[in-house]
Amino acid sequence: MADLSYVRTEMVPEQAPPPSSVGVLGWLRENLFSGWFNVLLTLLSAAFITMILAAVLPWLFHSSWTAGSLNECRQQIAAAYGEHAEGACWAVIRERHLQLLFGFYPSELYWRPVLAFVVTFLALAPVLFPALPRKMLWGSVLVPFLVPWLLWGGTLWLPLTVLAGFGLGYVALRGVSGLAGGLGGVVAAAAVAVLWWLFLAGPVAQGAHALFPLGLEPVPSRQFGGFMLSITIGVVAITLSLPIGIVLALGRQSDLFILRTICVGFIEFVRGVPLITLLFVASVLLNYFLPPGTNFDIILRVIIMVTLFASAYMAEVIRGGLAALPKGQYEAADALGLDYWKAQRLIIMPQALKISIPGIVSTFIGVFKDTTLVSIIGLFDPIGLSNAIRADTNWNGIVWELYGFIALMFFVFCFSMSRYSMYLERKLQTERR
Amino acid sequence: MSNPAETNKADHSRMTVSDNTAIQITSMNKWYGAFHVLRDINLTIYEGERIVVCGPSGSGKSTLIRCINRLEEHQAGDIFVDGIELSNDLKNIDKIRSEVGMVFQHFNLFPHLTILENCTLAPIWVRKVPRKEAEETAMHFLEKVKIPEQANKYPGQLSGGQQQRVAIARSLCMKPRIMLFDEPTSALDPEMIKEVLDTMIALAEEGMTMICVTHEMGFARQVANRVIFMDQGQIVEQNEPEEFFNNPKSDRTKLFLSQILGH
Repeated sequence: MADLSYVRTEMVPEQAPPPSSVGVLGWLRENLFSGWFNVLLTLLSAAFITMILAAVLPWLFHSSWTAGSLNECRQQIAAAYGEHAEGACWAVIRERHLQLLFGFYPSELYWRPVLAFVVTFLALAPVLFPALPRKMLWGSVLVPFLVPWLLWGGTLWLPLTVLAGFGLGYVALRGVSGLAGGLGGVVAAAAVAVLWWLFLAGPVAQGAHALFPLGLEPVPSRQFGGFMLSITIGVVAITLSLPIGIVLALGRQSDLFILRTICVGFIEFVRGVPLITLLFVASVLLNYFLPPGTNFDIILRVIIMVTLFASAYMAEVIRGGLAALPKGQYEAADALGLDYWKAQRLIIMPQALKISIPGIVSTFIGVFKDTTLVSIIGLFDPIGLSNAIRADTNWNGIVWELYGFIALMFFVFCFSMSRYSMYLERKLQTERR
Repeated sequence: MSNPAETNKADHSRMTVSDNTAIQITSMNKWYGAFHVLRDINLTIYEGERIVVCGPSGSGKSTLIRCINRLEEHQAGDIFVDGIELSNDLKNIDKIRSEVGMVFQHFNLFPHLTILENCTLAPIWVRKVPRKEAEETAMHFLEKVKIPEQANKYPGQLSGGQQQRVAIARSLCMKPRIMLFDEPTSALDPEMIKEVLDTMIALAEEGMTMICVTHEMGFARQVANRVIFMDQGQIVEQNEPEEFFNNPKSDRTKLFLSQILGH
């Protein structure tokens, strides 16, 4: 039998890798030319990309920016680049971009939606980027009252009285909690706030406005449109769907039978119905059910429907995150004496939400793009406006430029959300796998 | 299984058992659906006792100690912990849980929090200890389990043995009166078992009331004052370790011991 023993007498020192496996050359070899099949694919892809660019680039740059109609566009392009040149007619964007952004909002009041957008972003910043000072969050709390007032105008007293409802609720909470315990306090606070909003807030705001008229020129909902409308619906639905989705997901996992049944029923119903149906309900049917004479704003109705729709999807995404958590996390939280809400807030949700980030952001992106469906019930979102623009005799027949611009705008928003989610995932990565 | 000779000899000077009852279990029964997992458990545990629970897998030993802090609900009989009855009263359950520490087989550290945050979370949110004080306590116990230098790392960056020691420190930060160990070394590499056992021995030497489900018979011989053998959801035999290992009474115990010690 051969000798099986072996003893290493000298350790091998670390050596540099072969030059063909590092640097640009190494990258090319590994990623583009690693075998005959890969070389073939690389060449085919290169040919395909060249073909596409050869068709698109001339169209993009043989363009007209100054024409007043599609015909004029074609004449300008033919004059500049030859009889059969194909070119984009960007003039329509130049002429109509403000309309695509703001709809029929009065042009002298454009500063209001712009300011609202900036304020919203500032309010979201401390939520999105934990490095910013936590005190900014106090400003964020006021923004939901400020932004609707900026957009719709009217008396400043209305948002103030709505805000006062929360103040009254808080007073009731403190007052009654001392007398009747925690649950009694919460019930009293909710009752006081709701009664105030339903019956007193309106008259008080009107009265105060009569005494001290403070306000902005009102803008009715039917003048809203363009990306301003998409963003308004999208931002509200996105920010509200996350907390509502969390509550629904927890309700679905609850031990309380009735609560669980309600949550499951709601989620399954909403997920089983197309959004467009809900929007039709919002635009047409809801009026039959409401008492005659009630004027329930159409944008508000749409926002409610889109939010409910998004919440149901969000609940399922978060349920997936909850299901992915090992049971040991719940047990460890229980064993340390944390009660249900503390365990959810400190242990379960931070992990479940982190796991669900890709799904949550997909839902956000889906909701934002789904706002274009409101064009079907007659609101002038960018798609609705593009139909209106194409109906104009000057721009009859224009397709690519208009939809390309709208697509680009949506892409910018959705891509930013996607990048943000990747940043967040990297930042929250605490386990090394 | 580690050899008893590998672990340090335990110092028994402070391991005294008092006459005060820590846990009182009377005619306790538990079912999983129709399956009767715990049958007529009667057990009184005094303060300062170090109890090792052993038995074949599926014998109900983990379920038994998980009933003590209500991770599992018993359907019949009574459990009193520190004089408080375990019932459906959530306040009692939370009170008992904050007095009873638990260490799990798979550590169950919170992966999204640092080691220090893992240790301060419950004191801050349950005991309402100021953050600074909680951090000092946490560092004290992390030093005790010999890993203060890892305080700002995340659990995923630690080895299994280190994670389990953090889990012990996390429980200790609540200043519990009773510690439950649910197979604390079963998920560890042989090299890391010793460091965790040493920590547990140190804890026993300070007089902590401990109930350990474990297969570490060396640990049982050295530290335990009582060994409980369970099979088919019942307590089959209990005795002092010397007597239990050298002179088992029941045939089932003899068979079990011959299987785990006979190689």
